Order: sequence, then C-alpha cells, then structure tokens
Amino acid sequence: MNKKQKKNLIRIIVSAALMIILHFVPVEGLIKLVLYMIPYLIIGYDILIKAGKGIINKQPFDECLLMAIATIGAIILGIIGSGDYVEAVAVMLFYQIGEWFQSYAVGKSRKNITDLMDIRPDYANIDDGNGSLEKVDPDDVEVGTVITVKPGEKIPIDGIIEEGTSTLNTAALTGESLPRDVVKGDEVISGCVNINGVLRIRTTKEFDESTASKILELIEEASTRKSRSEDFITRFARIYTPAVVFSALALAIIPPIAIMLISGNITFGTWIYRALIFLVISCPCALVISIPLSFFAGIGSASSHGILVKGSSFLELLSQTKTIVFDKTGTLTRGTFEVTAIHPQKIDAKHLLHMAAHVERYSSHPIAMSLKEAYKDENDGCSVENVEEIPGRGIKATVNGHALAVGNEKMMADLDITPKKCHKVGTTLHVVMDNEYVGHIVISDVIKEHSKEAIAALKANGVERAVMLTGDSEEVAKDVAETLGLDEYHAGLLPGDKVERVEKLFKEKTGEDAKIAFVGDGINDAPVLTRADIGIAMGGMGSDAAIEAADVVLMDDDPLKIATALKISRKCLRIVKENIWFAIGVKLICLLLGAVGIANMWVAIFADVGVMVIAVLNAIRCLHVSKR
Amino acid sequence: MKKSYKIDVDCANCADKMEQAAKATDGVKDATVSFMTLKMKVEFEEGADEKTVMEAVRANCKKVEDDCEVFL
Repeated sequence: MNKKQKKNLIRIIVSAALMIILHFVPVEGLIKLVLYMIPYLIIGYDILIKAGKGIINKQPFDECLLMAIATIGAIILGIIGSGDYVEAVAVMLFYQIGEWFQSYAVGKSRKNITDLMDIRPDYANIDDGNGSLEKVDPDDVEVGTVITVKPGEKIPIDGIIEEGTSTLNTAALTGESLPRDVVKGDEVISGCVNINGVLRIRTTKEFDESTASKILELIEEASTRKSRSEDFITRFARIYTPAVVFSALALAIIPPIAIMLISGNITFGTWIYRALIFLVISCPCALVISIPLSFFAGIGSASSHGILVKGSSFLELLSQTKTIVFDKTGTLTRGTFEVTAIHPQKIDAKHLLHMAAHVERYSSHPIAMSLKEAYKDENDGCSVENVEEIPGRGIKATVNGHALAVGNEKMMADLDITPKKCHKVGTTLHVVMDNEYVGHIVISDVIKEHSKEAIAALKANGVERAVMLTGDSEEVAKDVAETLGLDEYHAGLLPGDKVERVEKLFKEKTGEDAKIAFVGDGINDAPVLTRADIGIAMGGMGSDAAIEAADVVLMDDDPLKIATALKISRKCLRIVKENIWFAIGVKLICLLLGAVGIANMWVAIFADVGVMVIAVLNAIRCLHVSKR
Repeated sequence: MKKSYKIDVDCANCADKMEQAAKATDGVKDATVSFMTLKMKVEFEEGADEKTVMEAVRANCKKVEDDCEVFL
C-alpha cells in the first residue's frame, strides 16, 4: 500500500464508523444534516475539489463532477423532502471504496506481473585492476569487457564464458525449471541466474542489446499495442458516459413535465432522484479497467511460461487461431540427425555400429557426426586404414583388416550387392564387410518429445487444421505427419513456396475470424512469419532474428508451449468477453430499473462499484493458467 | 521519432483521456498510454521540438485530468 492508499483507507474507515454511529443518534432537522455532513466531507472533499476543477477545465463528463452532482443532488432532496442523507454519503463512501480497491488491486497485480518478469540485472562486476571487484552500472560496460558473475547473481550482459563452469537457472527466461550446465566457451545470455560456480564472461553485446533488456522492452511495449477489445471498450466508454448523462437530464425534466401537463401532479422529486441514480451508474471505470488488466495479466502469465507475446492484439488473434502451420525441421523435429534403427545381419548390432562408426571416423558429413554420436568410444585401439570417400555414394575403409564399405543404394549397386530394403523412414546406410552384406543403419531427424502431445493439445483448444510445411522429402514428411496426427503436409518446398502455401491457406479460410498462425524457428522463415496472422518463433533465446520477425516468441523450443500460449490467450479472451458483457449488461439493467423506479441508490452503487470489483477480480484470473 | 515517458495516473478512464489529450497536441503524430505499465509512448511529428511538445502534452493532460503526471 502506498501513502495515498493508506490515507484513503483511513478516510474510508473513519467515515464508515461515523455513519454507523450516526445511525443510532436520534436527531432530526438541521442538526442531522450538519452531523451527516461530517462523514460526507471527510470522504468526499477531494472529489468536490476535483469537480470544481472539472468545471474550470470544461470537462462536463468528469467522473468527480458527476459524482459530486449526484451526491449533492441527493442531499438537497433530503433537505426538502425525505430527510434521509444516508444514501448521499453512502454513494460517496462506496465510490471511494471502489476507487481504493481499484487502485490497490491494479497496483498489486502490476507488481505481481512485473515480479514475474523480473529479469532486469542491476549491476555488473568488473575487475578494478587491483584484483578486487567493482560493481558498475551494466549500461557502462563496453563490449569485450570481462565481467564476473558470482553464484546467486544474474548474468547482466550476453557473452561467452572465459573461465569457470556452473549451472544456470533459466526459469525467468524460459519458464523451464531444469537448470542448464555451462562450461568455458559456451555462449550465455543475460537474465539467467548463476547457481553455483564463479563465471568470468567476456561480453559480446552492449547492455541495451542484450537479451534481458530486449525482452523487457518488448513486454513493456506489448501493452501499448492495443487489442480490438480494448479499442472497443474505450470507444464505448467515450459514448457511454455522455449518453447516460444526457438521459439523466432528460429523465429529470421530460417525464415530470409530461405528468404535470396531463394530470397536474408535481413529481419533480421522484424523477430527479431517478436521474441521480443514472449519474452514479455513468462511470465507465469497471469496463475500462478490467479489459487492459486482463490482457496485461495474460501477457504476464505467458511470459512466466517463457512465452513472449508482443502485444495485446496478438493475444487476441492467437485466441482465434483455427489453422496452425508448422515448419518441420527444428519446430516439430529436433533438426539433428540421430541413429534411429540398427538392423544387423549375421553380426550383432553393436558390432555393426562399431564398424560403421570407424569407417566414418574422419568424415565431417552430418551423417558421420550422428554415427560418431551413437558410438562414443571410438578410441578403442582399432586400426582404420585406406579411407576412401566416394562423393554421393559413401565411404570405404579397412578396419582391423576387414574391408568395409558404408554407403547408400548406389554404392551397393557399384559393389554388385543387393541390399535389404528397410521399412524405416530416413537415410539408410548399408554396410558391407568383406564383400558380404551385414546389415544397415537408419539415420533420421527425431521428432521432439512433446510434438504429438502439443498437436493434440492444440486440437483440444480450438485448432481445426494443423498443417506442416517442409523442404524435406515426401516420404519423411508423410511419416512425421502420420505419427503426429497432422491434418495435412506439403513436402519438398523451397522457402518461397512456403509463403505461397500460406497465401493459399488464406484463400481457403472459412471466415474473417479464423486466424492462421505459423510456427517456425525464425531463422529462414521470416517472410512466412510476417505473412501469417500470427508468427510464432521458437527457441528465441538469444536469436535477434526470431524476436524481430515474430509476434509471439517461445523462449525455448518445446512445441507444447504453443498449446500453452493458445490456452492462455483463450482464457484471457474468455475473461475479457465475460467482463464486457457482465459490466455492460448489469449497468444497462440497473439503468432500466432506475428509470422505472424499481432500483434505488443502493442498486446504483452496486452497478458502479460492485461491478468494478467483480470485473477486476475476474481479470486477475488471467494470471493463473495451468501448464497443460 | 518515438519516445517513451513514465506517467502517473489513478484510473484507467483517465489514462484514456490523457491519451486523447496527448494525441490532440500539436507536434504529436501519435500517442498511446498504457495504464498497466504507466507509460506514455509518443511519436513526434517531423521537425517538432521534443521538449516544448512534451511540455504542451503535459499541460493538456493536466487539463483533462487534474490528478495526473507526465515525467519528462
């Protein structure tokens, strides 16, 4: 609570207590008026002052002015008629309670959300030349400086480790709780927390250009990119208040005059009271506060899961996503080749892999890399001689005296050997030992652990069509699409073809509100990321290109995060809609009831303050979305 | 040219009023106010003097909402 909130809380409590005491004091007439003016002025003096300023500044629809007119009007009605001042003071009291609650709740959630995104490093340690460390403003650190990060500290600036090993907590950036081990030579990014070892890091960027600064800037910018719902509600508010005020004016004048002309009865008091009810309900704050608060909470919640949403508008679009288009390599699959099957003949599997790995030992081809990765202990004293690489075919070598050949079907044809066809999709390496076929090894890109789960989760969250685009072969694409349960796939595409495909999807789409999202790794698919309604880039940690081109950036490369993002957006938009309908609905009903004389001042107070409290509490729910 | 300023204001509707007031100020091409982050982003018209424009923006904001502040 800040100073202002504390002061207002005291005012609220004091005047509420006075109201209760006055309820039991049996006075009438002028003394009663004077006594009731005490809590009224305690709670309302600042509103009255602001109302005066509103008149001077020619702001006829100033909330304070309207509130002042409503309460003073009620007091005057009390003086000339009913002798009841409770309602007037109560309106002011509850208005202030509402304002206080709004300020408290907004302040609290503002703090909660900014805490979630608290990755701002406060200082950097540099060597001062005498062997001790000096804390400096990270803004003053030049590129190429060596900084020291002690255990428990945040890495302030992106760089490369010069010295030391440690474990980093990347949770604030990625939402991933599993720590990451780093050693000398690794690139590290700012915002990560160093858990155990002391690290000396040579900076590669300036503070402003570092990941943490960039992300914070993005999140702060996000709430200035307003969504259609926000625009709607502010425009509505601009019309709503004047409309209600003019109806109040009409209500105070037309019906009583009409009644007087027809029947001769004087009913001004009743109608003015009803008009005052209108003024109390005229404040649009419940609407105007709850919508941006919902979006802000949604964006905050997303960033705590390692999902950066670059604007409220994108959260809105994301919730309407009906078609989602994936890039294959690096998005649904890991993008690294691994040995996925070993089918030996005559010799055992380990021996087959052993021989093949030795043949490929000196090659730097990606296939050789994955074989070496699969067979780690290659320094086992075996002799490898006469290595001969045949481009487009394979490699021949003599291992431990055996003549070996490892390669594709073309190589087998050259050697006059009929290889066994493999049912597994991927790149097949056939192995021949001493002119005899001994089996084959299949190497393929591996589907990410959560890809299948992610597609299912997306389908459960309203996605109707999941499409995969890839430059890979038809065979591989078909296999991946079938395994993951995708609706369609297009193989053999060049980067330019991908844009064309997305254009085609735009033509096929069912309605204006069915949005198309594209998910890629952001490196070579920037044009598609830009063309789609929402571009989602994966593995954005440290990649400027991805952060630049996309609307939504997933900090790590888990596809399940796409589903989480969609879930957050849908929950957020559901809450926004609830709030819009609820707030407008209740206000209109209360206006109607007030106009026909069913609702009194207390109902009006509920329509003003009660609705706002409920809408704000509802908005805060956006903060809590479960992971799956 | 765009610049971001810290602001202080109590209610969301007032923030919208500030946005309107800032937009209507001479020398301002576009302005957005975020009540949640308490920031005002101003895009200046070409050749406009940032400092004088912002003084005017501040004065205009004060006119529509007395209880607000733009930190220059």
